[in-house]
Amino acid sequence: MAKKKEGWKELPIGAIIVEPGSSEKFKTGDWREGKKPVVDKNKCTNCMICWISCPDSAIIVKDGEMKGFNLDYCKGCGICSTQCPVSAIEMVDEEKE
Amino acid sequence: MKVAAKTANEAMAEAMRQINPDVVAAYPITPSTEIVQIFSQFVADGLVDTEFVPVESEHSAASACTGAAAAGARVMTATASQGLALMNEVLFVTAGLRLPMVICEIARTLSAPINIHCDHSDTMDQRDTGWLQFYAEDSQEAYDLVIQAMKISEEAFLPVMVSADAFILSHSLQRIEMLDDKDVQSFIGKHKTPFSILNTDKPITVGPLDLQDYYFEHKRSEAEAMREAGKVIKKVFGDFGKKFGRKYKLVEGYRMKDAKRAVVLMGSTAGTAKEVVDSLREDGEKVGLVKVCAFRPWPTEEINRALKNVDYLGVMDRAEGMSGFGAPLFTEIRSSLYDENKKPDTYGYVYGLGGRDVKIEDIKKVFDDLKKVESGKKLDRNNYLGVRE
Repeated sequence: MAKKKEGWKELPIGAIIVEPGSSEKFKTGDWREGKKPVVDKNKCTNCMICWISCPDSAIIVKDGEMKGFNLDYCKGCGICSTQCPVSAIEMVDEEKE
Repeated sequence: MKVAAKTANEAMAEAMRQINPDVVAAYPITPSTEIVQIFSQFVADGLVDTEFVPVESEHSAASACTGAAAAGARVMTATASQGLALMNEVLFVTAGLRLPMVICEIARTLSAPINIHCDHSDTMDQRDTGWLQFYAEDSQEAYDLVIQAMKISEEAFLPVMVSADAFILSHSLQRIEMLDDKDVQSFIGKHKTPFSILNTDKPITVGPLDLQDYYFEHKRSEAEAMREAGKVIKKVFGDFGKKFGRKYKLVEGYRMKDAKRAVVLMGSTAGTAKEVVDSLREDGEKVGLVKVCAFRPWPTEEINRALKNVDYLGVMDRAEGMSGFGAPLFTEIRSSLYDENKKPDTYGYVYGLGGRDVKIEDIKKVFDDLKKVESGKKLDRNNYLGVRE
């Protein structure tokens, strides 16, 4: 992650991005300000409402089951927590974990 | 080669026909309307292969051209005055994306008050956009510079505007020597593009958000391209001179060899100034003229070399600049000369705003003023030529 950034002579002309799909490298998870989602799998029904609501595709799903959060991209907006019909997702202070 | 009578508008439209660009998007404005009007006739007559896009504004014209250039097309347009001002936002984009493009520009006053005649306030307003700027003295130069600009733009990967004075050139019939169509094509060569968004084998992103961590580096690289563009211009001007016999320079000196008093200016007034220099030379006065052809990139070295033996200098600006100090050409010249050990005592003259005629007597007055300074008289650092007190 701590890659040395290019100097002006090394960058492509006109500020173009020459590599497709490079937005994956932009870890927007560090935009979170203090709160992150935590799921209680005892309550979760795998209804996928959090998955469809997440603006950053940060809900991890495997074999039809909600498995947690990709914190590299979760911005901590809390939409999943608000939308969850069974109140299985709670926003918690990151430091307290 | 063919000799023809052409206004600068007609000459630039012919240059566009011979260049045969892939895309022209344009919107009419006095006095450059005729350029695209004539060109649209070439399109209708099937003389060019151009996709002609009659857009709803100059902002759209510049946008459509910039988009087409990003798609890998050879693009051109024409405009003047308020039209160029409306393009302003997009002109930064064309240059920042390092896209080649040529604007045939007719130098017309900016409002307010509204005025359709000549001065350089419109192009001076665009001098920080990252576009190269050439100023033509006559129809021939307007024609030749447009052809050379296309090649320069595609070698420097920076856009170029070629400016010809409103009405004085745009609507005055002059004798020009036109090149053969095939010679123009072989001179400009195959279209060169830095990238193409239509190349699906090599997908790229153009115009992404560029924040604190990269924007500065991209601007630094653009600034370097502007510095390097001087070399590209010299090479292309040199090739054109060798091939067709008409030699262009970033800065042209006229009877400057032993000149002690000189005037610097741009555009059509150079013709009148040459008359004045000739007549003063006949009276034994050591006077000369320096005409700036390329205002961007600013040719510091060439300017300083041209002025190194001059004692008294008048810089004539056809734009005020409204800096509260000196007009644009004056401030560039003074700044360039600052590091020289020996430099001329330099005075600014704003002239010809809103198409006010500049006559032989006016330019003679500048040389007379400089002569009076030589004999000890005090002169204001910045002056207005031909304005009623």
